[in-house]
Amino acid sequence: MNLELVLFFVLAVAAIGSAILMITRRNPVTSALYLVFNFFIIAVLYLFLRAQFIAIIQITVYAGAIMVLFLFVIMLLNLGDDSLPKWKLTSGKSVAALLGVVLLIEILYFVANFISGSRLSPESESMGTVESIGKVLFSGYLFPFEMTSILLLAAIVGAILLAKKKFE
Amino acid sequence: MIPLSYYIGLSAILFTIGVVGVLTLRNAIVIFMSVELMLNSVNLSLIAFSAYSGDPAGQILVFFVIAVAAAESAVGLAIIIALFRNKLTVNIDEVNVLKW
Repeated sequence: MNLELVLFFVLAVAAIGSAILMITRRNPVTSALYLVFNFFIIAVLYLFLRAQFIAIIQITVYAGAIMVLFLFVIMLLNLGDDSLPKWKLTSGKSVAALLGVVLLIEILYFVANFISGSRLSPESESMGTVESIGKVLFSGYLFPFEMTSILLLAAIVGAILLAKKKFE
Repeated sequence: MIPLSYYIGLSAILFTIGVVGVLTLRNAIVIFMSVELMLNSVNLSLIAFSAYSGDPAGQILVFFVIAVAAAESAVGLAIIIALFRNKLTVNIDEVNVLKW
């Protein structure tokens, strides 16, 4: 067991643990904070994979902007512990959890049998920098990049329109 | 070195936790957070494939996924606010207007 593998397992356990805590807490603010913790761990895993730029935007956009938006809405709506009825296990939920386990077994079976690859490719050392991402983004993927701006404009207009007034 | 299948396995586990969260929870905001968790697990697998195959397209795709997730969360939270204004709850069991 080398150090990288040990660190990976520590991070994996922390990621899975924070995800499980996220879906089991009753207070949505606690859930949101566990999710932020999970995002930070995934950012560290991106660094393991030499994707520096994606790791930084993971922290700024996901853990920063998106989760602050979530916390803002939770606190704006004043959702506390007692805003929802107590969670109880129904037959539908057990079926749902069972389906989730079946999905996990399916994916893990696929991963164990068909996914191979034991080391990072040599190109990955310089692939995740802002420079190389920018070069690829503004040459081969310029049109989708410009489309993103229209998407974000539509999101801004939609969010303002939806949150502004009561529906007629 | 860490084998690629470890990353994909971790991504699968996180995705399944997100799926179970979406299927079992009742709070619309926490369901939304579970969707974000699923998006993140897919991003992790994309980055892992990208790094192990030496193709930067995976990282570009993750960039676009993050942009779409930002737009999606802005609109989705606006919908939740509009829902709360009308129903005074975010419990999805009580939002059954479209249920036949």
